[in-house]
Amino acid sequence: MNSILFIVFLPLLAAFIGGLGNKALGNTVVKSLTTGALFVSCALSWPVFLSFLSGSAEAIVTPVLHWVSSGALNFNWELRVDTMTAVMLVVITSVSALVHLYSWGYMDEDPDQPRFFAYLSLFTFAMLMLVTANNLVQMFFGWEGVGLASYLLIGFWFRKPSACAAAIKAFVVNRVGDLGFMLGIFGTYLVFGTVSIPEILHAAPSMAGSTIGFLGHRWDTMTILCILLFIGAMGKSAQLGLHTWLPDAMEGPTPVSALIHAATMVTAGVFMVCRLSPMFVTSPVAMDFVTIVGAATCFFAATVGTTQWDIKRVIAYSTCSQLGYMFFAAGVGAFGASMFHLFTHAFFKALLFLGAGSVIHAMHHEQDMRYYGALRQEIPLTFWAMMAGTLAITGVGIAEIGGFAGFYSKDAIIEAAYAKGTALGHFASFTGIFAALLTSFYSWRLVFLTFFGKARWAGSEHIQHAVHDAHGHGHDAPSEEHGDSHADHSHDAHGIDPHHGEGTGGYHPHESPVSMLVPLGVLTLGAVFAGAVFHGAFVGVETGGEFWKGALVFDEHLMHLSHEVPGFIKWAPFTVMLTGLLIAWYCYLKNPKLPAAIVEQIGVIHTFVFNKWYFDELYNFMFVRPAFWIGRQFWKIGDVGIIDRFGPNGAAWVVAKGTVGARRLQSGYLTSYALVMLLGLVAAVSWVMVG
Amino acid sequence: MIGIEHYVFVSSMLFVLGVLGIFLNRKNIIVILMAIELILLAVNLNLVAFSAFLHDLNGQIFAMFVLTVAAGEAAIGLAILVIYFRGRGTIAVDDVNHMKG
Repeated sequence: MNSILFIVFLPLLAAFIGGLGNKALGNTVVKSLTTGALFVSCALSWPVFLSFLSGSAEAIVTPVLHWVSSGALNFNWELRVDTMTAVMLVVITSVSALVHLYSWGYMDEDPDQPRFFAYLSLFTFAMLMLVTANNLVQMFFGWEGVGLASYLLIGFWFRKPSACAAAIKAFVVNRVGDLGFMLGIFGTYLVFGTVSIPEILHAAPSMAGSTIGFLGHRWDTMTILCILLFIGAMGKSAQLGLHTWLPDAMEGPTPVSALIHAATMVTAGVFMVCRLSPMFVTSPVAMDFVTIVGAATCFFAATVGTTQWDIKRVIAYSTCSQLGYMFFAAGVGAFGASMFHLFTHAFFKALLFLGAGSVIHAMHHEQDMRYYGALRQEIPLTFWAMMAGTLAITGVGIAEIGGFAGFYSKDAIIEAAYAKGTALGHFASFTGIFAALLTSFYSWRLVFLTFFGKARWAGSEHIQHAVHDAHGHGHDAPSEEHGDSHADHSHDAHGIDPHHGEGTGGYHPHESPVSMLVPLGVLTLGAVFAGAVFHGAFVGVETGGEFWKGALVFDEHLMHLSHEVPGFIKWAPFTVMLTGLLIAWYCYLKNPKLPAAIVEQIGVIHTFVFNKWYFDELYNFMFVRPAFWIGRQFWKIGDVGIIDRFGPNGAAWVVAKGTVGARRLQSGYLTSYALVMLLGLVAAVSWVMVG
Repeated sequence: MIGIEHYVFVSSMLFVLGVLGIFLNRKNIIVILMAIELILLAVNLNLVAFSAFLHDLNGQIFAMFVLTVAAGEAAIGLAILVIYFRGRGTIAVDDVNHMKG
């Protein structure tokens, strides 16, 4: 018996029991069951990972069930454990276990806790299935499973229309990517005659250079397959073009954002590209495509992140941007660096999200950073956790000496991109450096707005409600300020107004319960040390190849080159981090009027970025409205005009008219009946005689 | 020379007259009875004509039966008519639509 079976199926079991038992079992039982299952999974995962780290383990495949055997198409349920899977196992089970624990505190007042925990565990199972898949169909199963869980969890508060809309949006946008993924799987089967990942990867190099017919043209086989598969990854990992669902997904509860939309599910695309890296390296065009999309996303999302006011949205765009880093790392061939950033990012992004959740919890569900400020003294533990997360994401560290988790992985990516030596590599590298500047700016902006400066809580409706609830009416929060805060929401998209809504409004934030602080503490350790401890294994020139053991394409030459990039590339991330920090400090602490003034100056650009580059509006115009229009035409013309008219309504009309005629026949006059009888007789006789 | 076709022609004319007498008559039930007699007469004429034409006495015997039945039918019909008149006070056909549901 193999521990991987327990790792994967315990969460499923817990989800089933908890989900079906639901209210019958009660909150505490379901919560204990699911959380316990996840901690066991996590405890079993670490030894697996450590055995790969020490180099003592080999990739193994554990058969579970026979699945499909149809002609030439044969595959089974099999759990593959190699280095990549081990890395993902640790990330998924650790973050998931901590998020389960965190949710004890965060969801404490929710009436539907068993459902929430069952969904969380179900998600974890689906994600584990995805990363242990030994064939593409099984991976697709996990892929769709996490999509489903994401849908359920975004729409967890289904009474909120915005949450339902966000859930549907996430699902639909993901379908677009999934179509690409499915076509990729079909194409792969067509070309290789198998869906087994090891066999495909083994055969991939021999197919390089061949062509395939698709959409009426001849294309390079590997290019078209890889791009199709990558479109799937773009959907799941929220890359530019298919990213629109991720910020909206923040409608879900914050632990969900931490688990699914930051640390694990959105990395599925990166995982898939790395898992199939032997395929991708056979097609330079596809690799370039991955690089361009990754770099563009990295830049785009970072710009949007600098303008948002909602604390969760800032972190959501930050996630999007970091995923961009991972993809362009994969695109330049530094798959190890890509996985390394995935690994460290999982820790510090989960930390940031859970920290944000803790802030939101403390601030009575106010998410607008304009109403934060000066929380450093009030919730010190959350503050320090968020600081660790921010230091990690901004990549604080000094070359050759050491630093936080993000420092190692981000620098590895930027250096590898530069070391690639191509124009595109340089472009990606510089984009990455510029995005690092923006990352530093928006991350510190978040910290300064939230934890430093003066308290601006009084303007918040949420806080006012909290204060009113606590002290009854007639408290000193004046009602005209209430009205003002409405106006604030509508027009003041530009800057914090330091003369308005100042003060605490009589509110006293409270530090979160222990169940929320423990995960923050553990993740803080991860955010601080994950980079320093593991960077040798993930991206080390000599050690990397040994660690990965062929689970992904580890380009030792590229890694070697990346250590010899010019000094300015090595120091650039650190420099831009400091620059971003200083700009944020100057704009939001030293001179809080400055952002508004800058916004005045560059109004158009700001509006453009603030509205997320108008992607939602563009899609609304290009896809949503035409879809609505087509739907309405089908409804009005097709359904009402044809089917209803000639179907049910038509039949009813015939019956109604027919019965009016039939009623006339029954006159009651004997003579009429006799006539009918006679006519019938004549007809019958003539039929017999003629026939 | 009067051939079989003349008899058939006359009898079918009588038959059609009888049928029309039933259907077009909206006045009187007695007229219906008379029309039925007319129909029977047409049939009888047919039977007798063909009996003579085919030299087969069966037709004429059958005509006797028909006459008997016609007499009985007339008697019963008139009896019903009398009873009906007692009950309803009228024998106008337009009023006889009790079979309408």
